[in-house]
Amino acid sequence: MTSGRNMTATSAVAYAARLAQVDVVAAYPITPQTRIIEAIAKFVADGEMKAQFVQVESEHSALAATIAASSNGVRAFTATSSQGLLYMHEMMHWAASARVPIVMANVNRAVAPPWNIYGDHQDAISQRDTGWLQLFAETNQHALDMTLQAFRIAEDSRVQLPVMVNLDGFTLSHTYEQVVVPEPELVNRFLAPRPAVDWLDVEHPKTINGVVSPEHYIQFRALQKDAARRALAVIEEVGGAFAKQFGRDSGGLLSLEQVDDAEIVFVALGSAASTIRSMVRAWRAVGRRVGVISVRSYRPFPGAELAEALAGTRVVVVWDRAYSFGCGGPLAGEVKEALYGRNRHPVVLSAVGGFGGAPVGPTELEKALEWADAAMQSRPVSSETWFGVKAYRDGRTPDGK
Amino acid sequence: MASKETPLVMSGNSSCAGCGAILIARLVTEAIGPNQIMVIPACCMGAVATSFPKATFNVPVLRTAFASTASFLTGLEASVKAKGQDVTLVGFAGDGATVDIGLAALSGAIERGHSFVYICYDNEGYMNTGFQRSGSTPPGAQTSTTPGGALGRYKMEPRKDIAKIIAAHGIPYLATASPAYPADLKRKVEKAVDVKGPTFLHIMSPCPLGWGFPSASTVQLARIAVESGLWKLYELDHGVLRLSLSPKKRKPVREFFAPQSRFAHLADGTYQALQDEIDAEWAIIEKEGFSLRCETSRA
Repeated sequence: MTSGRNMTATSAVAYAARLAQVDVVAAYPITPQTRIIEAIAKFVADGEMKAQFVQVESEHSALAATIAASSNGVRAFTATSSQGLLYMHEMMHWAASARVPIVMANVNRAVAPPWNIYGDHQDAISQRDTGWLQLFAETNQHALDMTLQAFRIAEDSRVQLPVMVNLDGFTLSHTYEQVVVPEPELVNRFLAPRPAVDWLDVEHPKTINGVVSPEHYIQFRALQKDAARRALAVIEEVGGAFAKQFGRDSGGLLSLEQVDDAEIVFVALGSAASTIRSMVRAWRAVGRRVGVISVRSYRPFPGAELAEALAGTRVVVVWDRAYSFGCGGPLAGEVKEALYGRNRHPVVLSAVGGFGGAPVGPTELEKALEWADAAMQSRPVSSETWFGVKAYRDGRTPDGK
Repeated sequence: MASKETPLVMSGNSSCAGCGAILIARLVTEAIGPNQIMVIPACCMGAVATSFPKATFNVPVLRTAFASTASFLTGLEASVKAKGQDVTLVGFAGDGATVDIGLAALSGAIERGHSFVYICYDNEGYMNTGFQRSGSTPPGAQTSTTPGGALGRYKMEPRKDIAKIIAAHGIPYLATASPAYPADLKRKVEKAVDVKGPTFLHIMSPCPLGWGFPSASTVQLARIAVESGLWKLYELDHGVLRLSLSPKKRKPVREFFAPQSRFAHLADGTYQALQDEIDAEWAIIEKEGFSLRCETSRA
């Protein structure tokens, strides 16, 4: 086993962009993403990376410039976080609908107001329906590996959609872990030299992204829908190819740990899944039948695979670090949807918390397990619990009950 | 690549009769030739010239969102450098996309020094969406969001002088032009193509529907704008500013305003006030020479 180097997830992503021999990077600074573009700027300034690095004047322009570069057939990359991702929103739809195979690292951070630079998933989840594929890294190694895989997934002719690699702000972005940086020759064998996009050939002029009638518009959307569906198989395939070439399982749609015989299964995105893994190992050591599923691909959503994995489970605790106000935990809702129509299905509990950098740690997880136990014993329990919320100033409890 | 005989602007467009913008598009693309990639945002040209399954331009066109002409040019320039391509990058945008929603992106792209030719065809409002005011609408104009009404709420504010804003960036080449002076316009475009770095052309684009004048009068009205001294033709070439044309005997500004229904509410006395302003401005130019000083702008 190759020994790793001590680095943050932001450095890991910058190394991935360098190894992928990205041609164009257009970006704008925002905490906690900034260390990615600083590292890339340094690689370029030191002649270690040949990319055209452009620091633009806004995130809207960062994504727009990345889209334009990709439309001209080069490999393009950008990175952002939180408010920056929200400011990109118009171009988020544009990138997916224009079918440009760009890759973006999103360092997950809370959105304002109130202002908070720490981690949660509201930024990424708010972009759920833009058409981007979204992967979630559990570790710094995943941040590097998933970024490399993201290029291959995005550029696959069956997919040709942009891919966002999510890494939790501070928990990953500012925390050092051992990361294995692959040999460039291995990456060159894993990735094509350049994406096969060639739309702006002056010899064969085309008009791209023009105006269409209603009858044609839905055709474009249907093609996009099919591509996102096909990505399910491609993500598995690329994850397998990556594991074969680099000897690490850091891709695919889902990662299951101790799920087969589990009575209670936690489902989570990103670094929270990694924390739950260590809790599961501790619970198993005292004889608890608990498992965890890390949802590595949030879009496309592997609903069928998830339902299959949860077939023998009695209680599922879905942890959301984002919320759909007036509705519920987004991931919890999607897990329920995946289970709909099955003859036997587990009770789904929606755990909400870890907002703005609040912990999803042993304290919260032990409480969640007690809650799941109560549900398993068929005691009446609430289907949704917010963790870490104090009583309001007027003495009311947060759930209004 | 389109051969010399093939027109670069083809018949597959749905521009209005007498559209100034499509005329400008033809002059600009002809001056640049087939080796170009055009970026067109949301604007009249985006609507009339990119309607699937028709295509207007015989050069590659990349449509973009309203605010993103200059950021698309930025990304394209980076990709062109990465690939070692030799191609002219052209932004073709209306005044709304340039002076309003796209100004930050344009300012950033010019400051960073990317190479492109940015054409702002200025029809003085959001004509594609039904003649709303823009930052480039002249004072006094009736638009669909400055309708006048019982309270007389017309466009009251002076227009942004986009050319001065762009000049303040220290841009290598900037020029104003008019479709009534096609040779001057094409010469300026050709010059811009040869410049390394950002270039900007501000071109008056009369709009028969939005301004309310007969569609046969587009070129005539553009010419009167120059001959009356209202629309100044000039260029700022690597710091050297010069007027391209100095009307010897200026036509009355009334000849520009009177045929347009958007100014129909103006009282006779207003024309004299407008004439006095223009006369005062040209008196300074004739005495001290043409400058882009802000204090010479009409308020």
